[in-house]
Amino acid sequence: MIVHLITSFIASAAFGILFNAPKKSLLKCGFVGMAGWFVYIFLVNKEFDAVVASLVAAFVIAVISQIFARMYKTPIIIFSVAGIIPLVPGGLAYDAMRHFVVNDYNGAIQLAAKAFMISGAIAVGLVISEVLYQLFMKIKFKQPKKAN
Amino acid sequence: MENRFPQTYEVIELCLLAGKIMLQCGAETYRVEDTMSRIAASFGIPQSHSYVTPTGIIFSIDGTEPAKFMRISERTTDLYKVTLVNGVSRKLSSGEMTLEQALIRLKEIQDADFTFPIYQQIIAASISSGCFLMMFLGQWSDFIPAVIAGGLGFVCFVYIHQILKVRFFSEFVASLVIGLIAFLFVKIGVGTQLDKIIIGSVMPLVPGLLITNAVRDLMAGHLVSGLSKGADAFLTACAIGTGIAVVVAFY
Repeated sequence: MIVHLITSFIASAAFGILFNAPKKSLLKCGFVGMAGWFVYIFLVNKEFDAVVASLVAAFVIAVISQIFARMYKTPIIIFSVAGIIPLVPGGLAYDAMRHFVVNDYNGAIQLAAKAFMISGAIAVGLVISEVLYQLFMKIKFKQPKKAN
Repeated sequence: MENRFPQTYEVIELCLLAGKIMLQCGAETYRVEDTMSRIAASFGIPQSHSYVTPTGIIFSIDGTEPAKFMRISERTTDLYKVTLVNGVSRKLSSGEMTLEQALIRLKEIQDADFTFPIYQQIIAASISSGCFLMMFLGQWSDFIPAVIAGGLGFVCFVYIHQILKVRFFSEFVASLVIGLIAFLFVKIGVGTQLDKIIIGSVMPLVPGLLITNAVRDLMAGHLVSGLSKGADAFLTACAIGTGIAVVVAFY
């Protein structure tokens, strides 16, 4: 588990460099990536489905990114992108491609569908967090008006 | 009209420049539109309309001024510039910056090059390849092969892209090189798991930013830009897949 935490931290921070995130935010990128991967691995080890694990992890990443974006007044995309990268189903897509190449179309389609589901789950996780955030802000800003 | 809004022309120019920089550097569509309308609003123009796609921006202010259009040809990922432009728009909204200052600042941002030195990017790509290998349950003995394959693949991608300017082809060659190197390592006995090495090394090329942006654009109702970004991501994924598939087919 410790190996996972360290490597996911480094990998996410390195992706911050590739995407040219501001130098100050590299460590935070790494932290977001580490948190997301921790949730994902934790759920997968508890024998949850990879799709569910990706959804929850993406949600956690988006929430942390929202908080960081508020705290440091930077666009949220800096943190969320670096955090999402480890979850992208590159391995599944690769396996699917492998099956395509050896003419095993049935296996390939199954794997490709799974990869598609996981990317959808990541996106839904991000969107849910965004919707909740906007809902939260609306409620928060409506309260003072009612008091008046 | 001209007398009532003496600055209108400059405001449009400022909005378009801000939008152009953000779009070129990989910001989400809704952020680009939001920034442009915020800047316009900070100069007392509440009604502005923008239509943003990954290849061009149309921006117009209600009134007699004609709509203006700006073409976006090259798109990269440079989150630092997105942050800087965001900062400028914040300062404009709070009144800390004047129109002229903002224009000068944005032109500076447009021309400057903030990217990390190329060797640092290569090191980052190599190390992240190795780390991904471990995250995908690889073995430590495969760490070095993944680092080398990922690094060389990234070098190929960067240099071929500089020469050819065709993203699809440079990604194809890069993944082909990664596949060949990984295969070579396994063949001479340094690496053990070909699959894990390839998956780890390919990760720096994967279009993660595009996929997430595409879906968020779609969900936010920017259908055209969402679909075109999705197509872009799909092409990239195909290029990587084809490069690897060539190697696997021979293997």
